[in-house]
Amino acid sequence: MQYTVDDNGYYGTFGGAYIPEMLYPNVEELRQQYLAIMEESSFQKEFNMLLKDYVGRPTPLYLAQRLSEEIGCKIYLKREDLNHTGAHKINNTIGQILLAQKLGKKKIIAETGAGQHGVATATVCALKGVECVVYMGEIDIRRQKPNVERMKLLGAQVIPALSGSKTLKDATNEAMRHWINNPVDTHYIIGSVVGPHPYPDMVARFQSVISEEIRWQLQEKEGRTQPDYVVACVGGGSNAAGAYYHYMDDEQVKLVAVEAGGEGVDSGKSAATTFLGKPGILHGSKTLLMQTPDGQVVEPYSISAGLDYPGIGPLHAHLFEKKRADFIHITDEEAMKAGVGLGKLEGIIPAIESAHALAALRKMKLAADDIVVVNLSGRGDKDLETYIKWGNY
Amino acid sequence: MKTALTVNNRINRLFEQKQGDILSVYFTAGYPKVDDTRLIVETLANAGVDLIEIGIPFSDPVADGPTIQASSQVALDNGMTLEKLFTQIKNIRTSVDIPLILMGYLNPIVQYGLPAFCDEAKAVGIDGLIIPDLPMHEYMDQYKALFDQNGLHNIFLVSPQTSEERIRLIDKNTDGFIYMVSSASVTGAKSDITTAQEDYFKRVNNMGLKNPALIGFGISNKVTFQKACAYAKGAIIGSAFIKQLSAEQDLQTSITGFIKTIKD
Ligand SMILES: Cc1ncc(COP(=O)(O)O)c(C=O)c1O
Repeated sequence: MQYTVDDNGYYGTFGGAYIPEMLYPNVEELRQQYLAIMEESSFQKEFNMLLKDYVGRPTPLYLAQRLSEEIGCKIYLKREDLNHTGAHKINNTIGQILLAQKLGKKKIIAETGAGQHGVATATVCALKGVECVVYMGEIDIRRQKPNVERMKLLGAQVIPALSGSKTLKDATNEAMRHWINNPVDTHYIIGSVVGPHPYPDMVARFQSVISEEIRWQLQEKEGRTQPDYVVACVGGGSNAAGAYYHYMDDEQVKLVAVEAGGEGVDSGKSAATTFLGKPGILHGSKTLLMQTPDGQVVEPYSISAGLDYPGIGPLHAHLFEKKRADFIHITDEEAMKAGVGLGKLEGIIPAIESAHALAALRKMKLAADDIVVVNLSGRGDKDLETYIKWGNY
Repeated sequence: MKTALTVNNRINRLFEQKQGDILSVYFTAGYPKVDDTRLIVETLANAGVDLIEIGIPFSDPVADGPTIQASSQVALDNGMTLEKLFTQIKNIRTSVDIPLILMGYLNPIVQYGLPAFCDEAKAVGIDGLIIPDLPMHEYMDQYKALFDQNGLHNIFLVSPQTSEERIRLIDKNTDGFIYMVSSASVTGAKSDITTAQEDYFKRVNNMGLKNPALIGFGISNKVTFQKACAYAKGAIIGSAFIKQLSAEQDLQTSITGFIKTIKD
């Protein structure tokens, strides 16, 4: 397993746990216990039951006929958009709420960008009757209004992050500060494969159910477990990590990671981390990071709030460095067109994050007999306002 | 046994010469104006401060509360960089002899280049470093040798949640002093110290550590300073000092006036 985390919490040269001492006891407790708890049969039983009966898993692996015809190969959509709450994010929050309870934690905090992770966290907190605080950048609160109200409907408190760029990175800073201030009874549910070890590995494991299902679903449909390509968008990288997980060591399966190009990688308004970033340290891990020569983190930009993050998870930085995954960047315009296109072709309006993955299909060199799985990480309900503003449909 | 390094370091010298009421002040370099650094250091030293922590501003200071966040943002907007900082405090040793510590997050230091950073820090006469997000094991493996070569003491933080075992490990691997974070909190001025905090100070105090301790985070005025000094060799004031600088007053007057309120 050359792409999974090593004993010290690193993926090659990336990862680690670069945290202030005030967070050390919490992160260390988690590091010592997460694997043992996840292996407990009582944990697995409840996790699998909730994924099935509450989230609605397995999610379908759907052969998109008309899209396949248009692109010219066989395209399957892994329908994470059909999960309860509308995205893959809930796979992780179900896992982490159960883990938090095993650790005896009474309160939950989370950060959110698009609001999908915030909603998924608020949902599992309601399910378990646990107090929930979600930090969200002030700018994201404005552009993802329906999700803010959903979190409130579910009983969560939404606190605007007013510092820095007022988006996902700052919401993450605020959540970390909250955790420093409340170290004993609180668990921090990070929403992607970012943060200090063991978060990237823990979140990837909870999301790995995506590729676990793809394997047997593809076996049923195609008589083989391996597609030629797995395509996923990368914000922090959790849906991609889940879709890649059981294929990472199988080099026959090509992994395609799609980053948000924003208005173009040279425009100064982009979130394409692997193209614009270099190794650096943010939010507890060493990873690829968009930054000034002086080491200040640069404000990213994408039309999609869920991809608007200046880093990527350390696993993805490693996949990039080792050239195990192909990194592609897609502009706002390309993503919006692909999102609108899928509505018309397949009757599925995707999240704008997922639309980036769909747009990548047009940039790949595909053969007629290729089998491609696109991870449709979420549905577009939360993005209606952005689609409407965009027009062109 | 004291090594040559220890004897020459101004931090060790301070703790040998002064047994209590050590006043340390933190400020963010580049705030309120980009070129104020040198004036602030000199004024603090003249006002009788014992130790100064010069903050390297960072865009994402996760261990800091609103005051230091805001001063860091202003400093960055002012165009402050690590390179500028080294230029500003070049030759500072001609006018200031108290220990100087650089405090900052790891990324700007790594981007500057670790060897170059250590060279410059030594050249301008820095005595120690506080890097809150540098993990101890990584420090031991990859940083300690270089810091030691350049006479730089790495100062570690401990918090009320830090286990006794880990405090002992930190004590073993550090030289200079231990930075006791006063409560489970990010930086920020607080008006009082609770009995729970005092219990924690006592607990650490009774451990018989080889290094002296200074208490920081939440120390804001004479009352909290003196309470902290009852349990440690001294204390560190950060946010409360920075708030003084925000006032639209002549820097020297406000700095000298503030330090007087703590010391007198
Ligand atoms: C639908 C959807 N897809 C993708 C992402 C990006 O996150 P990640 O890269 O962790 O999957 C988000 C984040 O909010 C999202 O809501």
